[in-house]
Amino acid sequence: MPSLFVLTPFLLLVVVNLPFKFLRKQIALWPAVGGMLVAQVVFSTFYPLNIGRGIADPFEQFFMFGLSLDSLSSIMLLIIGIVAFVSVLVASSMISEERQVFHFLNLILISVIGMNTTVLISDIFSLYVFVEITALAVFVLIAMEKGKFAIEGTFKYLILSAVASVFMLTAIAFFLMAVGSTSFAAIKDAFASNSSDAFLLKLGTGLFLCGLLIKCGVVPFHGWVPDAYSAAPASVSVLLAGVVTKVSGVYVLLRLFGTVFILNAALQNTLLLVGIISICFAAFASLTQTDFKRMLAYSSISQVGYIVLALGAATPLAFVGAVFHFFNHAIFKSLLFVNAASLEKRLGTTDMDKIGGMGSKMKVTSATSLIGLLSTAGIPPLSGFWSKLIIIIALFSAGRPVYAVIALLASALTLAYFLSLERKVFFGKVVASPAAETKASFGITFSEVLLAAITVAAGLGFAFILNTWLLPLKEIVH
Amino acid sequence: MSIDIILLFCLVLAAIWTVMTVRLIHSIIGLALTSVLLSALMYRLASPLAAVFELSVCAGLISVIFLVTVSFTQRVSKEEMPARRKERFVRFWGLLFIVAVAGLLLILFFKAPQFQLPPPAGEQNVRDVLWNLRHLDMLGQVIVLLAGALGVAVFFKEHKK
Amino acid sequence: MSADLSQLFGHFMIAIILLFIIGAYCILASFNMVRILIGLEILIKAATLLIILAGYICGRTALAQTIVITLIVIEIVVMVVASGVTLWAFRNNESIDPRKLSELKG
Repeated sequence: MPSLFVLTPFLLLVVVNLPFKFLRKQIALWPAVGGMLVAQVVFSTFYPLNIGRGIADPFEQFFMFGLSLDSLSSIMLLIIGIVAFVSVLVASSMISEERQVFHFLNLILISVIGMNTTVLISDIFSLYVFVEITALAVFVLIAMEKGKFAIEGTFKYLILSAVASVFMLTAIAFFLMAVGSTSFAAIKDAFASNSSDAFLLKLGTGLFLCGLLIKCGVVPFHGWVPDAYSAAPASVSVLLAGVVTKVSGVYVLLRLFGTVFILNAALQNTLLLVGIISICFAAFASLTQTDFKRMLAYSSISQVGYIVLALGAATPLAFVGAVFHFFNHAIFKSLLFVNAASLEKRLGTTDMDKIGGMGSKMKVTSATSLIGLLSTAGIPPLSGFWSKLIIIIALFSAGRPVYAVIALLASALTLAYFLSLERKVFFGKVVASPAAETKASFGITFSEVLLAAITVAAGLGFAFILNTWLLPLKEIVH
Repeated sequence: MSIDIILLFCLVLAAIWTVMTVRLIHSIIGLALTSVLLSALMYRLASPLAAVFELSVCAGLISVIFLVTVSFTQRVSKEEMPARRKERFVRFWGLLFIVAVAGLLLILFFKAPQFQLPPPAGEQNVRDVLWNLRHLDMLGQVIVLLAGALGVAVFFKEHKK
Repeated sequence: MSADLSQLFGHFMIAIILLFIIGAYCILASFNMVRILIGLEILIKAATLLIILAGYICGRTALAQTIVITLIVIEIVVMVVASGVTLWAFRNNESIDPRKLSELKG
């Protein structure tokens, strides 16, 4: 079963690139990629419901990839499927030129392979390889239109990401020296058994953390995030903000620091501090932004801060909260970026000074963005409330009340700046008449409604989700 | 042992020259030289196959890529050279200083700690490891090359309208 | 770990640390995008040497070589994409001075 998540997109990639003209027709490409992503969503939803778990994997036996599918990976696969599908939907209404569509879908497929493999892998060097593949596909995607901003944003992202890779490689070298192997199991044993050199392990952990913090884009290393997010074309920014940085940074952080490495007190305090600084700094920074996408990027940094904070608490409950917040954040941040795409398509700009009073003209966008923003701020029945609640309770029970209180206050700040944004963009006076008045396309409207529905459903059906998807996570945390 | 020390010293010198030199072409040659020295060191560390790779790919292919980029982008006339040299020296003397101090401190005070090494593994062949144990990395290489080909198609192929 | 191996580790480690310093300085102090990429290359070379050294010390040269070969393939592709980006930055600005990329502020 797990290797299918890698081999299916790879097979599709190969087929698409065969030298037959009819395979490159748009009418065949869009449904093929979209259908594959829907299948991924369906299969990864089945996993926690205990269907098809016992089926032996013939491909796995043949290829010996060493992939493993557990409850954390299945949630990640679900998120990747949903967000990539939405990104493809949004793109289908924004790109139409044949060549560009072909390149776009190829790169989306490569990044999906990269992310799917990243979440299934159990070897630290292969992890690096596939994180790098995802990043490469995304560099090209961001720079695809070759505008001035796009190229500059890409260059910044590329350099910082490469520096992060060097940190990770150095860490891998130290793990190799101490453990003699690069598999997660061996590293976990080395941490647990005390037989390996403790200094090398600590050094490797610290270096890996530095690299991952750059990839996550939390505060001391956040410089590239707003640039890359706002420079990317609309559909790519959905993918980038929704899953790419989350999987290649935050997921790896969750996997390694939650289930493989053993955190000592200093490391826990570092994570807590980085988390809380990101939450506060990014919340204040987003108050001063005038561009819708840049504001969302800062809010994204702040939300990743909550996940890092929860990881610092280092209890199973906090881990559950972190994963749930990861899921919610991926969904509502994608929703907000789709809203931004809708504004951009309609008005040609995302500068908030030039937008006003769009509420009556873009009913779906304004309603769904309200849901997204309220969920981000953590307003009760929506999903964002529950995950923040779990994180804050976990912090209290882990004996970190100060951090819990600050996180709570920052959440209120989030609400303040989002309400001011909402008033300005959707309910204020009409500032200027829209430049390009077009009807909202089906793809964008559908994805807005879909993501908003997931946010509401995850909030209302919280008890069910907690029992089926989240509590099994406690088994994999040590 | 002494050969290793000489090679390492040359490696650091080559890297410094790569960074300090004024003309970009020299810088690229310096990088290739660094690669060559690195591959010699790899050979000394009982890794001949990786050394060959480093030599052919890093010293060869990457220099070519950089040369192409530079030939498309650099526009510095002969007259500007002295001014540039001066400006670079101002910016980069700090590096010489830092490297000299750090090098001296490290040589004097860096004591290699005694590590607890993992138990020795049975002797394995590189080809066996690559082809039999690390299938995923091979798949990764294929996909990375595909991504690179798409990158070339997007960035380097002129679009006909 | 024998005394010989420990001494060897010390010598290589000094060179690797110096390479890291040189590469980082090059990235931070350069005003040319190609030079930033060259600094990056030096950093990656230091990491490569460290991996090979690690493999040699713990007697797993086969694994280390496999890792390095994959790493080199990735390195090239990253460099190809990066030089593509550099080329387009030049076409857009007629310059590859990153100080002129001032429209974006972190």
